[in-house]
Amino acid sequence: MSAAIESLINRPYEHGFVTDIESEVAPRGLNEDIIRLISAKKGEPEWLLEFRLAAYRQWLTMQAPQWANVQYPPIDFQAISYYSAPKPKKLKSIDEVDPELLRTFEKLGVPINERAALAGVAVDVIFDSVSVATTYKQKLAEVGIIFCSMSEAVRDHPDLVRRYLGSVVPVGDNYYAALNSAVFTDGSFCFIPKGVKCPMELSTYFRINTEQSGQFERTLIVAEEGASVSYLEGCTAPKFDTNQLHAAVVELVALDHAYIKYSTVQNWYAGDENGVGGIYNFVTKRGMCKGAHSHISWTQVETGSAITWKYPSCILQGDDSVGEFYSVALTNHLQQADTGTKMVHIGRNTRSTIISKGISAGRSSNSYRGLVRITPKADGARNYSQCDSMLIGDRCSASTFPYIRVHNRSARVEHEATTSKIGEDQLFYLAQRGIGAEDAVSMIINGFCKDVFQQLPMEFAVEATKLLGLKLEGSVG
Amino acid sequence: MINPNAKTLLEVRGLRATVNGVEILKGVDLAVRAGEIHAIMGLNGSGKSTLSKVLAGHPAYEVTGGSALFEGRDLLGLEPEARARAGLFLGFQYPVEVPGVANSQFLRLAYNTLQKERGADELDPLEFDDLARAKMKLLDMNPDFLERSVNEGFSGGEKKRNEILQMALLDPKLAILDETDSGLDIDALRIVAGGITRLATCDNATVLVTHYQRLLNYVVPDYVHVMQAGRIVTTGGKELALELEARGYDWINAAPPAIGAAA
Repeated sequence: MSAAIESLINRPYEHGFVTDIESEVAPRGLNEDIIRLISAKKGEPEWLLEFRLAAYRQWLTMQAPQWANVQYPPIDFQAISYYSAPKPKKLKSIDEVDPELLRTFEKLGVPINERAALAGVAVDVIFDSVSVATTYKQKLAEVGIIFCSMSEAVRDHPDLVRRYLGSVVPVGDNYYAALNSAVFTDGSFCFIPKGVKCPMELSTYFRINTEQSGQFERTLIVAEEGASVSYLEGCTAPKFDTNQLHAAVVELVALDHAYIKYSTVQNWYAGDENGVGGIYNFVTKRGMCKGAHSHISWTQVETGSAITWKYPSCILQGDDSVGEFYSVALTNHLQQADTGTKMVHIGRNTRSTIISKGISAGRSSNSYRGLVRITPKADGARNYSQCDSMLIGDRCSASTFPYIRVHNRSARVEHEATTSKIGEDQLFYLAQRGIGAEDAVSMIINGFCKDVFQQLPMEFAVEATKLLGLKLEGSVG
Repeated sequence: MINPNAKTLLEVRGLRATVNGVEILKGVDLAVRAGEIHAIMGLNGSGKSTLSKVLAGHPAYEVTGGSALFEGRDLLGLEPEARARAGLFLGFQYPVEVPGVANSQFLRLAYNTLQKERGADELDPLEFDDLARAKMKLLDMNPDFLERSVNEGFSGGEKKRNEILQMALLDPKLAILDETDSGLDIDALRIVAGGITRLATCDNATVLVTHYQRLLNYVVPDYVHVMQAGRIVTTGGKELALELEARGYDWINAAPPAIGAAA
């Protein structure tokens, strides 16, 4: 591989700073007392404490999954602090937000006060585990939309939370989901009532700030009959030499004719070029197309984290429901990603589409893992999957693990896969037209990802394009 | 058009090059002046395509000896993109596909890069669209071309026309067209050849690399060179191509190498 390409794929992480805000941190370790402490700190109702304890007890009996194509030393769950919150303050307006925190958002490129207003985006900011600022709540409330932190939702809308929390991802669903269910500290809650089309994109920016504080957010989005919403999630985290665990759970529920579009641009710290530090991103995301003609669409651009283990999925229960998964996963240096989706067809005439683009550079490992399951009653189900991998350099790897289980004769399932390489020939061709190496790599990568990027909301698409550029470009020697 | 007083664009002397340690070019001499059209002919494996790629700076080839000057500048010390920006164009034998990148986006980036280099105005997408459509008319190309991904799913003929379109847009001083005639049916050949002829002026030069003479029926060369085993062994006028067509390449082995015919 030529030196030019080598130098292109190395660029330092830009979000590596620690905000100096006094945090309230729980002692390290995990046991029932810590869970009771978290629950008490948050003033939770009894049922939620029971939910947590049930999850914890189940988690104790479980093993960390071994099947993913990733390698890491065993995690010491007793060395993690499960609660960390900026010192509590009552905030009435954005002016009262700690200026240090606002500067952090600025460094992240998210000046919430301006950008949110300009872009018409309501930002529910998660900083470590407690939500500190919520904007546009008023405007959303006028049309009956609830958009708030999970803590607030538990306090103000306990019935809704109780009805749907854990209904898509049960407490014992998998090892990391069980852990999250036991110890989650905050997250976002979004409820779109019957017939309401959310008038703006909803956006949450996540950040992990305290060294060795695992972040366990919980997101729940419910769209009632005929409702629709587009939700954006952006993630960054500062640099630490130790690995941080991030085990989130996201649940989506779509009733009849409801539409939920969930977009993620993930740029957690990936560790340095030798694989030291970085986030372990072990996330469970699942959407339930509960109603007929419901529609859930996942779009993700995963560029960060030392390890990504993530399969945003759709349970297509309602007849004629639609599930979509559009993904770009980029790994560099020693990053490892094992990501994909599950499409479970239960209702009749359900349809799903999977478009996955994996880009591996450096010595990284990038795997697509996906399940398409057509259950016996899913007459007329259809799936189309396309999994493309691109290799940059000759020390990285790309793997595809498609699982297809069809139990209904009327199903139609298509799977296509390609592997390509940014080779000297492609770069030479563009160079011969006067195009420099940086522009060339950026153009090739963005072309490769086009089918996914065009699914992103405009503002995010620009950000994603830039982000991939940052990840892969650098000084050309 | 031969004009002995015209400026020398390219001067290659004793050029040697290897790929994977195997020597392919074994001392190539070639001089091209403004206004000239040259044809380099030879059998497969004679080194014609290698010569084109080495001049354009393909990273797989290592230059092991000799020199190449472009308008008096050392060409071999320049990165491929710098050679392109200096006005050297290579029409690829196998144009490369760039999936997902619209031809218009690629062409405009290339065009604007050169405009910038020349201190000329860059064009916005609308202005560029007008320019590109005008050039495409010359080559009888469907405007759909602009929206399709670069070379992806193009037929052989479409790829070659796309190469000539790029040449028309980038307006190089020296165009080396590597097997541009291969894979073309007779109509496409006539269109491509027409494009090449129209683009030739007294200020630029064209080097056609081919192993058939049929392209030369449409683009009449001033010089014909025959390459064999990594060297130019014979140089003549356009009649040499006809002779090769009639007699094959074998008879050249018997003839003594021509000396400095094109210099």
